[in-house]
Amino acid sequence: MTGSKTYSFFLGCVMPNRFPNAEKSIRTVMPELGYELEDLQGASCCPAPGVIRSFNEPTWLALASRNIALAEMAGHDLTTGCNGCYGTFKEALHIVHENPERLKEVQKVLKKSGIKYKGEADAKHILELILEVPPEEFKKKIKRPLDGLKVAVHYGCHLLKPSKLRPWEKTQRHSFLDNLVELTGAKSVKYKDKYMCCGAGGGVRGSNAPVSVDIAKEKLDNMMDAEADVLLNACSFCHLQFEFSQAQLNKEMGETKYKLPVIYVTQLLGLAMGLDPDELGLHKHVVSTQDILDRILE
Amino acid sequence: MTDSISRETIDSDEMDPDFVDKIVEAGADRIRTCIQCGTCSSVCPSGRRTAFRTRELMRKALLGLKDEVLSSPDLWLCATCLTCLERCPRQIKVTDAIVIMRNMAVKEGYMLPQHRKVSQKLIQTGHAVPIDEANQEMRKELGLQEIPPTVHSHKDALKDVKRIMEETGFNDLVEGAEMEKDSK
Repeated sequence: MTGSKTYSFFLGCVMPNRFPNAEKSIRTVMPELGYELEDLQGASCCPAPGVIRSFNEPTWLALASRNIALAEMAGHDLTTGCNGCYGTFKEALHIVHENPERLKEVQKVLKKSGIKYKGEADAKHILELILEVPPEEFKKKIKRPLDGLKVAVHYGCHLLKPSKLRPWEKTQRHSFLDNLVELTGAKSVKYKDKYMCCGAGGGVRGSNAPVSVDIAKEKLDNMMDAEADVLLNACSFCHLQFEFSQAQLNKEMGETKYKLPVIYVTQLLGLAMGLDPDELGLHKHVVSTQDILDRILE
Repeated sequence: MTDSISRETIDSDEMDPDFVDKIVEAGADRIRTCIQCGTCSSVCPSGRRTAFRTRELMRKALLGLKDEVLSSPDLWLCATCLTCLERCPRQIKVTDAIVIMRNMAVKEGYMLPQHRKVSQKLIQTGHAVPIDEANQEMRKELGLQEIPPTVHSHKDALKDVKRIMEETGFNDLVEGAEMEKDSK
């Protein structure tokens, strides 16, 4: 199913139900880059690779396979803007490809709902689609260069790991997202422990908020030490973690300093492409983006 | 014994010799090659700020300290960032081993109350994080379909999802009879 520019858009939970502004930015930007996104009607939770998979792996595999099967039946590959969902689909596909008996197991469960599943549709992160646009072609779309904007890029974990099951260059120090950001004229700043986790996954945010928020704090402190103007991410759960944790930190520590705007990748690209900030959902953030918008739009 | 080396053999009723076999069978096939180097602990973001030590967890698993491992809330401090899995010099799938042990813990009835709650949301709505009023409103303001085109707007699809969870044993695990064994 390669070659097609139409993808089944898998939303997941956090993006449509907590950060529809990030969803809006994907829906606004992707057609501008030549992609058509078709809604994956009736999709469920992916389900989450660190939480639901930890509770009952067979349930996780069956539901993940159902979501992939919906794309397969629509005749497209699937794309998602969440690292967690991406991780789930990549791992679930690997399992059924490597173990024919696991494929049979999920086929049996899905058959009762009239769902046929071969494990043939691929799952791609929205970033993979964006990176398929040649840099020189992308540069032509830049109408509002973000010169001078200092961006702290946060890759997240499941986007990159396990590296054996990911399409990226084999390195512990990735640069593909930094390079993309710099095509807009912005600068990707160096900061300590850039490749560290946001702290939200694996059920830690849900069950042990102090530990989870403290991991986010460490990253935020490192980004602020590097004088970043914005944090850029490509995962709805990392996005949630950094948006919500800053409010929690300010409240619990009597601080006001945690106000680093948290921008989803298509929001930044859309801004550089000259699109309307409202169409990118930039007016709907937990941590206000007004200061940087004023700077960029002046 | 003719040599002069004092051999101490650990003898404890708490050791289940089958425990590690089950972890290997479920996919963490290289766990027995662990040399206790501690790379996993040194790269762990949760270990930086808590007493959680991945190396200790691996050692306990190898010793077969099943009940101690499965009942410990520490098992749930892993954020599944996968750094230990990437860096392990023995190429042990450390994160997979943790997920496997978590599955075993849940089967034994150990589940954190917050995790039970999120599972119940999944059972009821098909989403671990379902829509709420504020976000419906935001979707409308953004010009998006007010209820997302997921199971939230497809009752038949939700029915399928619920059946799949039921048939794969999820409901029994989450709402089973052993609820009193919630991890402390």
